[in-house]
Amino acid sequence: MTDYVRQLPPHQFGQRRRLSDLVHIDLLLLVLVSVIACYGLVILTSAVEQDMTTVRAQVIRLIVAFGVMIVMAQIPPRLYLRLASSLYLVGVILLLLVFLFGAESKGATRWLRVGPVGFQPSELMKLALPMALAWYLHDRRLPPRPRHVGVAALIIAVPVLLIYPQPDLGTAILVAASGVLVLFVAGISWRYIFSLLGLLIVSAPGLWLLITDYQRGRILTLFDPERDPLGSGWNIIQSMTAIGSGGLLGKGLFDGTQSQLDFLPESRTDFIIAVLAEEMGLVGVVVLLILYMCLIGRGVMIAIAAQDTFGRLLAASITFTFFVYVFVNIGMVSALLPVVGVPLPLVSYGGTSMLTLCAGFGILMSIHSHRRITL
Amino acid sequence: MSEPVVLKDHHDESRVFVDRVVIAFGISLLLTTLLGGRMLYLQVIQHDRYATMSESNRIQVQSIPPVRGLIVDRHGELLADNRPSFSLTLVTEQIDSVEDILDRIEERIGLTEEQRSRFEHRRKRKQRPYESVPLLHRLSQEEIARISVDQYAMPGVHIEASLVRHYPLSDLVTHAVGSVRRINEEDALTVDKVSYSGTDHIGKTGVERFYESRLLGRVGYQRVETDARGRIMQVLSRTDPIPGENLTLTLDAGLQKVASDALGDQRGAIVAMDTRTGGILALLSKPAYDPNPFVTGIDHASYALLRDSVDVPLFNRAIQGQYEPGSTLKPFIGLAGLTTGVTTADYVIDDPGWFQLPDNQRLYRDWNWTREDEGGHGEVDMNRAIYRSCNVYFYNLAAQLGIDRIHSHLDRFGFGRNLAHDLPEAGNGLLPSREWKHSARNLPWYPGDSVNIGIGQGDVLVTPLQLVTAIAGLANRGRLVTPHLLKDADVPAPPNVDIPDHAWNVISEAMQDVIHRGNRGLGENGTAWAYIGLDIPYRAAGKSGTAQVVGIAQGEEYDDAELDERLRKHAWFVAYAPADEPEIAVAVLVENGGGGSSVAAPVARKVLDYQMVGNSAVATRSERSVRFVLQAGDPS
Repeated sequence: MTDYVRQLPPHQFGQRRRLSDLVHIDLLLLVLVSVIACYGLVILTSAVEQDMTTVRAQVIRLIVAFGVMIVMAQIPPRLYLRLASSLYLVGVILLLLVFLFGAESKGATRWLRVGPVGFQPSELMKLALPMALAWYLHDRRLPPRPRHVGVAALIIAVPVLLIYPQPDLGTAILVAASGVLVLFVAGISWRYIFSLLGLLIVSAPGLWLLITDYQRGRILTLFDPERDPLGSGWNIIQSMTAIGSGGLLGKGLFDGTQSQLDFLPESRTDFIIAVLAEEMGLVGVVVLLILYMCLIGRGVMIAIAAQDTFGRLLAASITFTFFVYVFVNIGMVSALLPVVGVPLPLVSYGGTSMLTLCAGFGILMSIHSHRRITL
Repeated sequence: MSEPVVLKDHHDESRVFVDRVVIAFGISLLLTTLLGGRMLYLQVIQHDRYATMSESNRIQVQSIPPVRGLIVDRHGELLADNRPSFSLTLVTEQIDSVEDILDRIEERIGLTEEQRSRFEHRRKRKQRPYESVPLLHRLSQEEIARISVDQYAMPGVHIEASLVRHYPLSDLVTHAVGSVRRINEEDALTVDKVSYSGTDHIGKTGVERFYESRLLGRVGYQRVETDARGRIMQVLSRTDPIPGENLTLTLDAGLQKVASDALGDQRGAIVAMDTRTGGILALLSKPAYDPNPFVTGIDHASYALLRDSVDVPLFNRAIQGQYEPGSTLKPFIGLAGLTTGVTTADYVIDDPGWFQLPDNQRLYRDWNWTREDEGGHGEVDMNRAIYRSCNVYFYNLAAQLGIDRIHSHLDRFGFGRNLAHDLPEAGNGLLPSREWKHSARNLPWYPGDSVNIGIGQGDVLVTPLQLVTAIAGLANRGRLVTPHLLKDADVPAPPNVDIPDHAWNVISEAMQDVIHRGNRGLGENGTAWAYIGLDIPYRAAGKSGTAQVVGIAQGEEYDDAELDERLRKHAWFVAYAPADEPEIAVAVLVENGGGGSSVAAPVARKVLDYQMVGNSAVATRSERSVRFVLQAGDPS
């Protein structure tokens, strides 16, 4: 196949016209995202004690997010490639602005406000960072050389170090993960991976001194929730109680006593999986996990099928970052990990992360449906 | 610069990429399995544990406090009841800034530093989130109004109603009934947590304390489903509390009032007793205090004022005050002399105004002895020795009896012991003996010690309650009764004292002469006749006494007038009536009152009048007593 042919739309060299040539979407991905979102709406309805105003607000956010997803899917990957570096730079500048003049909300400075419009630059960075890395690596020889790894590390470090002190450990972890994942799938040598892990273990005592008392408390709480049962331990005790009391089949939808009687804090946002676990039991949780894994499986297929380095790296990063969301959230609610503010993707109440996630899925669709040749 | 041309090996890159994606997907699957395993562990293996935790979260057993039993007097007059009281409580979880809210409350109804610090203290002790913490108790109507007006703007501020103990007669019956207090941390260690789970108060003194278990009632329970804020969603089951028992006392509020009015502003104590049963009709200690502020917690300043007052209002003189009995002891010494045969009614001594033990220079003077060595009573027999209260006669008699016989005789009347059934706080007084003096002072008993005891001085100490009990026993010809406050109390009587009729007749006659002799035109009056005997319409028997002041006001600074006043002798008067069929006995003590007959006897007369004549004859008649007259029918 010549380069010329690669430039042609498929139907011009004899391939059958497909839906994805007209509207660039990936049907399977769309269905999976929709199913999870609907499942999430049911859980949310219970978590907000069937307050339909809240549910309606979430439905509207979903519709907007789906719209964004479709729009993102229409943009050809080439454009993303071209925009990647500028988006990253804009992101970094905005993060700097937040760092300097950000609006405070609930003790954290994450927002930039322009008139009535609020905006979290850290959310933009969740997509801009992997894009920038994929752009940086796309025309270099892979696996990346040490020099390139060093630059890439810098590209990751700048936004992460700007987000971490907001303070927003959750987003910092997700942004860092999206970057590290690009390097991982780019074939970075195992030496780097193991030395990074080794470094983390060796520096753990030092990190312990660096983090704030508040974060130390959360880590200590993980090992012994009873050390502060009414304070930081309260959330984790109540969420484990909700999950454990759900049993195999759950107490029935809308019948979870922990969630309906307000024992479970943050039940509509970060701790929503505990509502599911209490009311629909292990079965309900496993169904959600399977749905998530199908979604990730589809993302993996898209990444593997991608035809250029940029598309591959970006698709793989978006897919596995999504998994990091899932793992960190469920891990913290079930007391495997310390509590960091990471929502359950597509299920937790809230618009910002929903928008970012759907934009990511839009990019996945774009990568997949703009392929020149389908084999 | 010759950057080497990078030739991308697409095939190799793609292979590495796919490898890595597969590895990442594999790790994802592994971690997802870990999550699933964690859920399996929590939801299946640990299910029972968390199911129990969830239930105990949801279901709370709440205690329902029983209503404390009422206390009424013998005529049904309320002495202690329960009234709604309003408390200001805060649910701190519903408040952004507690400091700010406290400031705003202070603006409206005022808050002292003490109240704030108490609140902070209670706040630290709270058990679960959304539990309300009391800030102020006993809100006035005005305070409730001032808070209610702005309550909408102060979320987390609540006004809660509860029943608390109330004493309608305020300070009139404090020392008889006692009072409840808020359970403090010290109490909390000793009381049964279950019985008191819904109750904040416990009987601290008097009847309230002694009959605590009966007044308390049984706590009830309800199993309720609550949310995390403690709001009750539904009641699952309920066991009603059993209210505390209502107690009827032997006390007569009307008589108590009469006694209180009769004593007026003087410090002292009055105990009146039904001689037939031992039921206490009046038990008064002055000054008294209003127990109501103590119920919900008196502030430090007011408490310090009561505690540090020279007049010690918190001290229950009627049962804990220990005084020399003075001459009121003479009838008992006389009985001892006659019963033991040491003396006879006809035995006459010559009283020169003083007494001297053989081989001893010390003079024991009579009360009417003067410097010119005149005075004395001349020829004195038992009868005259009592109605004129002749000291020398009893010095002599006591010296002849000796301490052993005096001790064993007085002991039978309850001196030196607390005979009371339901007054555990009552003092024992002090009845000296050889053994006591040996162990307490490490000294032998001297004959002179006995001489002093003959006129109720020296080491002997009694409480007003003890004295009235002994007088009642004397009035009953030796049949002692057990003092008690609860009307239906099933109280065993102490063993009787054997008193030969002739002995009793002599003493009783002499005690009647103390009051009535002046009316017989025999030329000489009893000590109390001029003060109470002139117009008395019934036969009573009595004896006056004065007690030296011991141990009060030593080393404290008073101006001279005050010093004199506080060093004056205490005035005693004991009496019973009617003389032939006794119904009531009374002991009156007026601290620093001076003469027993002139000061204490008129008070005792008013108490006796209430019982013997009815309230219509009582000059200081109250509305309440009028009501009783109407109820009971005028005895005319």
